Order: sequence, then structure tokens, then C-alpha cells
Amino acid sequence: MAIEVRDVNKSFGTTPVLRDVSIDVESGSLTALLGPSGGGKSTLLRVIAGLEQPDTGTVHISGVDATRLSPQRRNVGFVFQHYAAFKHLTVFRNVAFGLEIRKRPKADIRKRVMELLELVHLEQMADRYPAQLSGGQRQRMALARALAVEPEVLLLDEPFGALDAQVRKELRTWLRRLHDEVHVTTVFVTHDQEEAIEVADTIVVLAGGRVEQVGSPAEVYDNPANPFVMRFLGPVTEIGGNLVRPHDIEISADPQEGGTAATVSRIVRLGFEVRVELRIDGKDAWVQVTRSFADQLGLKPGDTVSVRPNPGARSLALAAV
Amino acid sequence: MAKYGLRTIAIAYLFFLLVLPVGLIIWRTFGDGLQPVVDALSSPSAVHAFQVTLTVALWAVAANTVFGIGTAVLLVRHSFPGKRLLNALIDLPMAVSPVVVGLALILVYGKFAPVGGLLESWGIQIIFSTPGMVLATVFVALPLVVRAVVPVLEELGDEQEQAAHTLGASRLQAFLRITLPGIRWALAYGIVLCLARSLGEYGAVAVVSGRLVDQTQTLTLFVEERFQNFDQPAAFAAATALALIAVITLLLTKLLRPKG
Repeated sequence: MAIEVRDVNKSFGTTPVLRDVSIDVESGSLTALLGPSGGGKSTLLRVIAGLEQPDTGTVHISGVDATRLSPQRRNVGFVFQHYAAFKHLTVFRNVAFGLEIRKRPKADIRKRVMELLELVHLEQMADRYPAQLSGGQRQRMALARALAVEPEVLLLDEPFGALDAQVRKELRTWLRRLHDEVHVTTVFVTHDQEEAIEVADTIVVLAGGRVEQVGSPAEVYDNPANPFVMRFLGPVTEIGGNLVRPHDIEISADPQEGGTAATVSRIVRLGFEVRVELRIDGKDAWVQVTRSFADQLGLKPGDTVSVRPNPGARSLALAAV
Repeated sequence: MAKYGLRTIAIAYLFFLLVLPVGLIIWRTFGDGLQPVVDALSSPSAVHAFQVTLTVALWAVAANTVFGIGTAVLLVRHSFPGKRLLNALIDLPMAVSPVVVGLALILVYGKFAPVGGLLESWGIQIIFSTPGMVLATVFVALPLVVRAVVPVLEELGDEQEQAAHTLGASRLQAFLRITLPGIRWALAYGIVLCLARSLGEYGAVAVVSGRLVDQTQTLTLFVEERFQNFDQPAAFAAATALALIAVITLLLTKLLRPKG
């Protein structure tokens, strides 16, 4: 295991932020800490980096008890949401910082920094200052800077949170590819479930300071441990007291076995997919169908239809909650 | 029309308050040519006053720079009981009259005070000597570096320092390589302000120095003493020199400000 977090508790004043958190991060994996803001995911990342001290519990990095080690001695790479670029240093000196602190020979530093700048496609920018870079370039520089010291683990705190949607998408594909190339154990924090599903091989869902579920993206999406995880990882709707994904619902004009009667209230066409909004016993629900299927049914507002969860799909009973 | 009226009032106000008095001093100084000015400023008393002023100012600036950076870091980066009290105390020298500062120092460090007496028995004289004048100047110029650095340190945030730590930098390395360059313009601005205040200090230094000619006489005390003794050329020449130093520091602060 690259990182083992055991029974970590942390409070800010009287507010608990982490409660009995235990997670294992496998060597070479790419793990997402996913959860709503205020769920404790950034704090957990900072505890792993040593930027926050846990009140109780332990953190092991590569088998070494790091709980009381300062961030300086943990050999972790940390990337901040707002880049934390050293504004008075050039891109080259930013990336070289960790190596200069370690007093590596000048020639070695030069070679390593240029390699890294090539890796993050910033070799042309070596002599620029952070202020002359775009947000995406700054974040790539911060990544190169963190990788320069060959960290045991790479920790990224909402790395794409401050970037616009287009750059965000580009960078997360790029991060996935980078990880396949470099293989350093990576943990990143995000509140965007799409980002977590697309990039990570393991997702840790954190809410209210607790670990709600750990698993591969497919596992947490298809087999959510509880209604919270189900809601957080994708769209849900409620049919007959069950929480169901709107694309896992069968809809037909005629009554069907185990079906619930519903009235169509609105039909929204969103390109390929069509959103059929329904009223069931005075409650709102919706179903996602393809356009061709919607055309085939010929639905219009006011129609009565029958809906039921897809037999193969997982649904969660809400009654227990 | 109202615009021009307001401008006229503003300009007249500044003219009678600032331009006319300073202009007159300069005019009177150079009224008889350059030679009397050179003579007046190169007299042994004047040269000595320059030296005393410089010594006191440099020590005071050094002390306030170290204290200022330390206090600013303490106030911005740490929380501790009594922080608000410290924050309020820093501004005290701005509110207290320098004369009161001088008297207070005599009460503590004077020959017949407990602390002063003890130091005196070890052969260290504070009052009527350079250490006392440095103390008085340090006190008077105390807030300037702190107040210049604090807002910039706040704006800088601590993420860059944290990043430096995760990259293996110790606290000292992070401070020297990251924090100090980040606040350098604000710090320079604070130091220049502190220097200007120290060079021009009169009240507190007048009380603790004992105004001993050729011993504890600073340039401001020299101006006052020459003027009282009807040596107007020397008084005006030294005053002009002080004003010139003030103008230079003002230009320096203008130069430093926009980058901070």
C-alpha cells in the first residue's frame, strides 16, 4: 500500500471534519476523493500531505509512519487548486525549486527540469513568469514542480477547479494519460462525479467527514452503498418508493406488469436524449430515453403511461432511510 | 465653475501650508549663494550632528525591520491569545506624543530609575546617550514596517509557503526563498518610511538626548539649537538638508509603491 490512513479524526474548533476515516491507496493507482464541498476531502488530502495534523489516527506512506512527520520530510508532491505558483520565479526555477533545496548538481537539475517541462508541454515557456501563463499552463507547471522531487505519492487538491470547462476536460484526459506514463501513486480531490468517473480507477466517496463508499467507478455508480452515494454519482429519480437512475426505467403506453401509472407533464428534447417528465401520485419523476424511442412512443403532455425499473438495474428502496 | 473654485482653494491651501514655508527656507538658504551653505554644513558641529542622526536612524531602522517582519508574520500567519491586543499596541506610538515617549523612557532607563540604575552599574548608559536615542526612535517609528508588510503578507496567502514545505523546504528556507521575495517591495516601502521618520524625529529624541551639543545632537536638534542662537544660515542650511532627504525618500516611496 502506498498510503494507509487509519481511524483519522480531525476537528476545526468544535466542528468535526473527519470522523474515523480509514482508507488504503494502492501503489501506482489513481484515486479520487469525491464528495460535496465541506465533506472533508480536502482536509483528508492535507492530512496525508502533513499540512494538517490529525487529532487522532495514523497516516502511513510507503509503510513508514508519517503521522508526526512534517510535510518537508514526507516526500509527497502537492498541487493546489489555485496553483500556488512562486510568482517571483520563472517557470524553470519553479520546477527546479525542490531540486535546488536538495542541492542537486546544476547540470542534473537542468536536465531533469527540461525533461519535466517537455512532459507537461511547457518547454517553450521555461523563461516566462507564472503571471504570463494561462490557468491551464500554470497548473501543468505546478504538476511538473511536484513531480520534480520524485514524490512517493502525488496529491492534487481540486486541481482543475479554477479552470474553465473546456480546459478542465482537456486537462483531465491529459492527467489520465500522464498517470499511465509516470505511474506515480496519485490521489486527487474533486466534487465533480464525472471527473472522478472519467479519470480515477478508484473512487472514495466522502461526505460529512465519513467514508461512504470505496470502489471502482463502475462499482460506485452501479452498486451505490446508500441513497446519498447514488444521488451524488449520477442522476436519480423516484419511482414507487425506489431510487432509480432515469435511464434504467422502462416506459410504455400500455399497462405493464409491476408498472406504475404516471402522467406525462412535459417532454424536453436535449439532442440525442429526451427527458420525459412525469407526475406519479402527485410527485415529480423523470425518465431518460433516446430520441428514436420517444418518437416511436409518440408521447405528448397529458398522456398516461406505465413505468417500471429496468429488471437488470439496481434500485435502492427509500423506505429504510 | 465650481470645479475651478475647488481647485483654487486646494492649491491656495497647499501653497500657504507647504509650498510657501518650504520655498522660503530654500530661498533663504541659498539667498547668499552656495558657499555659506557649504560652510554651515561642514562645520564640526553640523558634521557631528549628521553622524549622530545617521547612527541613530540606521540602528532604529535595523531594529524596526527585524521586529517589523517578525511581528507581521506573527500577526498574519499565527493565532495566539493576546493577538488583538498586540495588534492594537503596535499602533500606540502613532497616538502617543513623542514627548511622552521620551519621558516614559527616562522613567524606566534614567540614572535614578531601577532598570536604568542597574544598567548604569554595569557601565551601560541609556539616557543622554545613543542607546536612549535609538530606543526613542525605534518606539516612534515602530508601526511603519509592520503596517506596510501586513496587508501584502495577507494577500500573498500561505499556499506558496506550504508548496515550498511539501517540496522539502524548511521554515527558514521557505521564508528566505518564498516569503521574503513576495513581500520585498512592501518591505522596502516600510523601511524607507521608517528611515524618513527616524531621520526627522525631534520630540522623543529631544527629551532623552539631553541635547548635548557635539555629543547627542541630531540634525533636527541642531536646526533648533542654531535657530535659537541666531545662527540662521546654519539652521536654514541644515533644515534644507533635512527637507531634501525627505523629498528623496518621498520619491523613493513613489517608486516603490506601485509594485507593492
